[in-house]
Amino acid sequence: MRPSPISQLRLLVPIKRCIDYAVKIRVNGSQTGVDTNVKHSMNPFDEIAVEEAIRLRERLKDQVKSIKVVTIGPAKAVETLRTALAMGADSAIHVEVPETLVPEPIGVAKTLRAIIEQEGGVDMVIMGKQAIDDDAGQTGQMLAGLLSWPQATFASKIDVQADLKSIEVTREIDGGLENMKCRLPAIITTDLRLNEPRYASLPNIMKAKKKPIQKLTPADLKIDLAPRLETLKVTEPPKRQGGGRVDNVVELIEKLRVAGIVAS
Amino acid sequence: PNSLLLIEYRGGEIDSGTLSALTAATSLGGQVTGLIVGNSEEVDGVVEKASKLKGLNKLLRVSSPIYSPPLPETVTPLMEKILSSSQFTHVVSAHSSSAKSILPRLAAKLDVPAVSDVTGVEHDQSSSSTTFTRPIYAGNAIATVRAPESIPVKVFTVRATAFDAATDGEAVEVETVEPVEVSDIPVEHLGTSLTKSDRPELGSATRVVSGGRALKNAETFNKVLNPLADALGAAVGASRAAVDAGYADNSLQVGQTGKVVAPELYMAIGISGAIQHLAGMKDSKLIVAINKDPDAPIFQVADVGLVADLFDAVPELVEKLKK
Repeated sequence: MRPSPISQLRLLVPIKRCIDYAVKIRVNGSQTGVDTNVKHSMNPFDEIAVEEAIRLRERLKDQVKSIKVVTIGPAKAVETLRTALAMGADSAIHVEVPETLVPEPIGVAKTLRAIIEQEGGVDMVIMGKQAIDDDAGQTGQMLAGLLSWPQATFASKIDVQADLKSIEVTREIDGGLENMKCRLPAIITTDLRLNEPRYASLPNIMKAKKKPIQKLTPADLKIDLAPRLETLKVTEPPKRQGGGRVDNVVELIEKLRVAGIVAS
Repeated sequence: PNSLLLIEYRGGEIDSGTLSALTAATSLGGQVTGLIVGNSEEVDGVVEKASKLKGLNKLLRVSSPIYSPPLPETVTPLMEKILSSSQFTHVVSAHSSSAKSILPRLAAKLDVPAVSDVTGVEHDQSSSSTTFTRPIYAGNAIATVRAPESIPVKVFTVRATAFDAATDGEAVEVETVEPVEVSDIPVEHLGTSLTKSDRPELGSATRVVSGGRALKNAETFNKVLNPLADALGAAVGASRAAVDAGYADNSLQVGQTGKVVAPELYMAIGISGAIQHLAGMKDSKLIVAINKDPDAPIFQVADVGLVADLFDAVPELVEKLKK
């Protein structure tokens, strides 16, 4: 006899639709933002988060009860959810906002808290350490703060303990690695080394079309997503004047000497 | 302005990122109070140095075993308490892995947004607003954002390469603050392993030698790049292509999804210069590129470009540098 019933883990994976990492970023003419009429895809760090959730299920089998993905974004963000469902997530929540509204991490964190409170029983939130558009890297830590949950940021390895009550996480810190034990429920943010995300197979893409996506609005969750910081402008970075050439190694060393890199 | 600066240190030395963050904090005008946490032995070893940082007006020292290492779960309640008992207008730190974990958690507790990785900061006393510049899209665009008066505490982290390091000055008053006990801490620190290398760490190195897919395989990657890195006292980096091909460890990746570096010297060896790679290194002071393909995009950003076979040029370069 087991002293207690077998528990099961419920995973929540917040994801974000971003401009694809391979697209060249152009500032728009009015300097209010960047040209968004380009290819988008899932934030690469969130892809790692989805992959990790799926791998946890592959390792723990039916001890992982559910993998739910959630996004806060415009109508098109539903494509990003479908990608995650095709990778192997079970179901999705789409908090739809107008295209012109760009929520801040604190707003996103409050939305996620409202969803977690509404869902109940979430054991682990796995999410990217940052999105490659605003590069803020705050949402996971903010969510952990709002919930007063432990946080394991920049994870490069996650081991769930046998009792499903805690995890051991290897974190990437400046200059090395740190090992932590973290009680569940917890927030985990993913770093690059955690895994390499899979590509969805065609049958799984077809299957994903039938998986449920729940639609919500910020109003449903009683959340105000209006940004509190004012974006005054977005500009091009200073242009780099490159194109200098040398003909051989001797000339190259001379340039290093002039720059003070090597001693004269 | 009345700023609280989280001071970080390692091995008895103040982190260089903290010195830059202090410069950013002093540029706001007003007072800067330093906060140093750790166990008593760690804090004792560094408090005197910290008290002499030029620009600080006061130093708070807090020691307890629960701050070694400083966990977000234990330091956040402490900072909340300090902020509730004094009129601080700004909370500042380096954009380090530790502070990045703590400050957003704190901001959420205070119900304010946070501003990450700032490269410029300006405070307007009359409107109690602070304007920041910060790179977005891995530095492919620069955003200027204002935190208005309605945000009572402005929480931000500082990109170290954008601000000079603060120097030493007169010792300031050190006040001992009681730790905030946290019952039943939900995390346990099991251990830290810092990469032991004779080479500098990629993120903070002043010189970086990076290799791309043209290095052919892991063995030649190391055989060609390591002697050059050693000759220059440089850290080793790699392009995403080289990492994906298994030539180099993920931790060495320079680029949009890897590390963003801005050293004095960046040498791109056999790297074509995809946008994602350029995003991670184009703020370097001097960029040197060696590539066989004269049309490689890396040459458009390189100050010094050499069209050559790297397997000839790099060994020759190493040999001549050694002389």
